[in-house]
Amino acid sequence: MARAMHHGGLVVFGLAGALWALAAQAEVVGGFVVEGSKAAGLENCVEPTEYMRRNHMELIRHQRDATVHDGIRSTKHSLAGCVSCHAGVDDRQQPIPINADGQFCEACHDYTAVTLNCFDCHATIPEGSDWNQATAAAHAHMGLTGLITEGTGSEGQSK
Amino acid sequence: MTDTHNDKETAVDNGRRTFLGGAVGVSAAAVAPGLVLHELAQAAPRTEPVTDLHRWGLLIDTAKCADGCRACVEACEQENGLNLQTRPEGADPLKWEDQRAVWIRKVKVQDNISGHVTNLPLMCQHCANPPCVDVCPTGASFKRADGIVMVDRHTCIGCRYCMMACPYKARSFIHEKVAEKLTRAPRGKGCVESCNLCVHRLDEGDLSVACADACTEQGHGAILFGDLKDPNGPLRQALRAQPSRQVRENLGLNTGVRYAGL
Amino acid sequence: MKRIVYREWRIAPERYWGILAILAGVIAIGGAAALYMEHEGHWVTGMTNSVVWGMPHVFAVFLIVAASGALNVASIGTVFGKRLYKPLGRLSGLLASALLVGGLLVLVLDLGRPDRLVVAMTTYNFSSIFAWNIFLYTGFLIITVGYLWTMAERKGNPFMRPVGTFAFLWRLALTTGTGSIFGFLVGRQAYDTAILAPMFVVMSFAYGLAVYILVLMFSFHLDERPIGERMLKRLKNLLALFVGAVLYFTLVYHLTKLYGAKYSDVESFILVNGGIYTFLFWFGWVLVGGLVPLGILYHPERSKSASWVAAACGFVIVGGLAALYVIIIGSQAYPLEMFPGQTVIEFGLPGDIGGTVAGYAPSFPEILLGIGGVGVAMLITAVGIRVLQFLPESLADQDVDPHAMARSAG
Repeated sequence: MARAMHHGGLVVFGLAGALWALAAQAEVVGGFVVEGSKAAGLENCVEPTEYMRRNHMELIRHQRDATVHDGIRSTKHSLAGCVSCHAGVDDRQQPIPINADGQFCEACHDYTAVTLNCFDCHATIPEGSDWNQATAAAHAHMGLTGLITEGTGSEGQSK
Repeated sequence: MTDTHNDKETAVDNGRRTFLGGAVGVSAAAVAPGLVLHELAQAAPRTEPVTDLHRWGLLIDTAKCADGCRACVEACEQENGLNLQTRPEGADPLKWEDQRAVWIRKVKVQDNISGHVTNLPLMCQHCANPPCVDVCPTGASFKRADGIVMVDRHTCIGCRYCMMACPYKARSFIHEKVAEKLTRAPRGKGCVESCNLCVHRLDEGDLSVACADACTEQGHGAILFGDLKDPNGPLRQALRAQPSRQVRENLGLNTGVRYAGL
Repeated sequence: MKRIVYREWRIAPERYWGILAILAGVIAIGGAAALYMEHEGHWVTGMTNSVVWGMPHVFAVFLIVAASGALNVASIGTVFGKRLYKPLGRLSGLLASALLVGGLLVLVLDLGRPDRLVVAMTTYNFSSIFAWNIFLYTGFLIITVGYLWTMAERKGNPFMRPVGTFAFLWRLALTTGTGSIFGFLVGRQAYDTAILAPMFVVMSFAYGLAVYILVLMFSFHLDERPIGERMLKRLKNLLALFVGAVLYFTLVYHLTKLYGAKYSDVESFILVNGGIYTFLFWFGWVLVGGLVPLGILYHPERSKSASWVAAACGFVIVGGLAALYVIIIGSQAYPLEMFPGQTVIEFGLPGDIGGTVAGYAPSFPEILLGIGGVGVAMLITAVGIRVLQFLPESLADQDVDPHAMARSAG
């Protein structure tokens, strides 16, 4: 589909290029992770970084079919997981769309000129993703629900 | 809009990872140090492919469906992000009502002879023999093993043949660019979609649907969600207790949504 | 019998390039319309969740149906051994491929996700008639090209008859498949009948031949090549036969529907009180597309005039578009009958049509896209006859039917 040309593409191009070069030389893991995102504070992705760089699309595609057709949503290879972990935040701590210029997905896809069309349909920020806590609690009475605990970092659960 | 889910999300995800499968039927509670205990239950997300041991369905008691109430419709819109659709600038408002996606409709019919008025919610009927699945050229329209009829957006080419085939006008085509969408309900221009029985809830082990919950909350209780294959489950019990029908029964589609008092 | 000599279209270059420029303009406008629809989404069209297939489908189905009909002319020559039709075979094959390409292009560009065409070509659901049609359409193109080769290449001539027979059977399957796209929709009152499949076959005979005759007359006229009286008479008689058959099937189709009480409502919608659809049915489908051309083609004087025959072809085409508009759009505008014996008072929000007839007004982009498809078909034909030897030098009576000449001489 018609994709808008990025006027800032040159800047991103240069930046990403520099980062690539850096990564190639010094094996700087996580050099692409957007500052302020959850991923920035983690050692590596759900798989080793090198593996993710080359194979993330395969993992996502496999997960996509497992989720849509088999209903499996428990694995760590979900696109929603990518978004929630890799989305950067702006000055006001609002998440920035992951496919925005210079953001995690777009920066690299733009550099490699690979079409990124996940976000034709998928949310680009973790939006409404707290449903599972809120609604699951409200419907615990429906039975067959196991209880898992809340994890860390639940501050600022704003809607 | 949310701001700082990121931390929590990943933490939950980590929790899930270590907790695979074992969570069903087990209750466990642990409180992370230094944090307020939320009274939130996290059902276990599905780890195994869905099977045909279940077939999800609805029983709608039209006698309990209140005139003028739109609670189920509004709950569905909230749950599935349908309320986030915006009318494109310049679109005719009346035409837009028939172009925006709708998963559940409040329908009112009157008997031609007796004049009796019946209210009912109408959504995808989740047929056992769905015409939309038969006609889809790419197999994007499919029936899951547990009876849910849905669209795989990744292979939908937007030909709209399924909409031609559906006897219930249950499907919607996305006519416009969608700016805002929920993580749990992806949506984009050029694909077809319809009610999926809140599949994101079911897959997380939360056996409920938004419309039935809203109806119960309103005190009407006209929509009952359950497993058509569980002989002792609430749905089958309710179906046994009263006569019910399928809309367009003559087509022999064996719908997963049944209506009492129609 | 004289040997048939085929020659490239030798009209003056200015004229040829002028025609190409006009067609290119039409195609460019159609392409721009398609881009606009794709960029904005289908909300800019008249299509809604009630009328999901609009004007592009009317054009696309017409072109596809006409494509298989256009190939008939070749079949009559090779399969049924009518020598008179032999010289017409090459143009028949070319026109059939061109019309099909034009129609498919319109169909594809109206998809919600035309960028996923590769998905449609690689993922199949064999219970879908649509999926079968993808094979039928691509197969048709390949077979037609092979058929053209057997007609044009001396080495291929021995295979002409078997390949032609195969092509004929294939085109029957193709139109049956196209008709079945609608005929097997059990949920819709106006469809749900197997007669739609043979009706589409007969329609394809009529519309394909009408397009063929027009193209033949136009290209011959510009190049000052003769079409004999006998040839014209045979073609117009054949067209009249097909037009009559379409009327017959129309009658049977509606009688079938009228007989069943459960369909009486949708029938009265199309035939009596359906507004634009009733008008298009009686005035477009029956009168302009049927009775008027029959009147011309069987008129003792007018049927001898090439201009009148051309006019009759034009009427058949206009009537055909009207017929497909009624079949495709009228049947969707009519509400789905979900609650027999009950009247639907409310169906979602006011604009969301359930119990009432859905509105549909074709938008400009849709129409332009459809016309662009016609432009593509014509462009392929024009270039084809210009660069390759598709057109016979002459269709004058003494050149194509010496027996007749002998008879008249004797």
